[in-house]
Amino acid sequence: MGKSPISNNIRKLRFNNGEMTQQQLAEKVRVTRQTIVAIEAGKYSPSLELAFRIAVAFGLPLEDVFTYHPE
Amino acid sequence: MVCLTLCLTFFTMYKEQPSLKQEKMSYQEKKSIVSLISSLLIFGSYCVYVYQAQGGGNPDVEDPRFWASAILVLIPVSIAAKIVISIFFSIVYKIATNEAEPSFSDELDKLIGLKAVRASHYVFVLGFLLALLALVLHQPLSVMFIVLALAGFLSEVAGLLTQLYLYRKGV
Repeated sequence: MGKSPISNNIRKLRFNNGEMTQQQLAEKVRVTRQTIVAIEAGKYSPSLELAFRIAVAFGLPLEDVFTYHPE
Repeated sequence: MVCLTLCLTFFTMYKEQPSLKQEKMSYQEKKSIVSLISSLLIFGSYCVYVYQAQGGGNPDVEDPRFWASAILVLIPVSIAAKIVISIFFSIVYKIATNEAEPSFSDELDKLIGLKAVRASHYVFVLGFLLALLALVLHQPLSVMFIVLALAGFLSEVAGLLTQLYLYRKGV
């Protein structure tokens, strides 16, 4: 699989939000922990809806959580 | 019993190997591996069953009814065996890791599932075409049914390997 053009700083945001665990975030955005692991590792680009749910979980706008790097 | 032993061996091996711990295997990956092993066991047992039935001298291997009934037996038996193995896996997983299995499929699971079904479908269609080709080339009827059964098995393996690969490497 090629490297995703979308990066994120979920790991850092989790740390800054009281060291939130991957499981806690997963429960907040209604996905499995494995999906959060895959997103953090850049192995999966989430759907727009899930990206918004993650941003809302941190109380931040989407662009503060995800960054798009065009080729 | 064999499956339970396999599951326990698998979890024990996984716990003992520090190199594997670096990238922890997820529930879905472990489930794919267990499904792969169970498919191999079920198909292996099926082959032995058909071979013994053939060796008994009672059926005519060129009788399509023999093959049709053999394949019709395989479907419910493999479904039942997979359900039992899946329940065993869930129990062993809970005991070994003290983690509950995911109670739902999210968008990543669904996407990987769809890609796995596509890979599985391609392999089965290829096998089906090969089975037809065997008939066109005047091969015995048994060859056509063997290719068809093998295509069914390989398509399942292709689907599981695709799942395993995508969970490991990402989508």
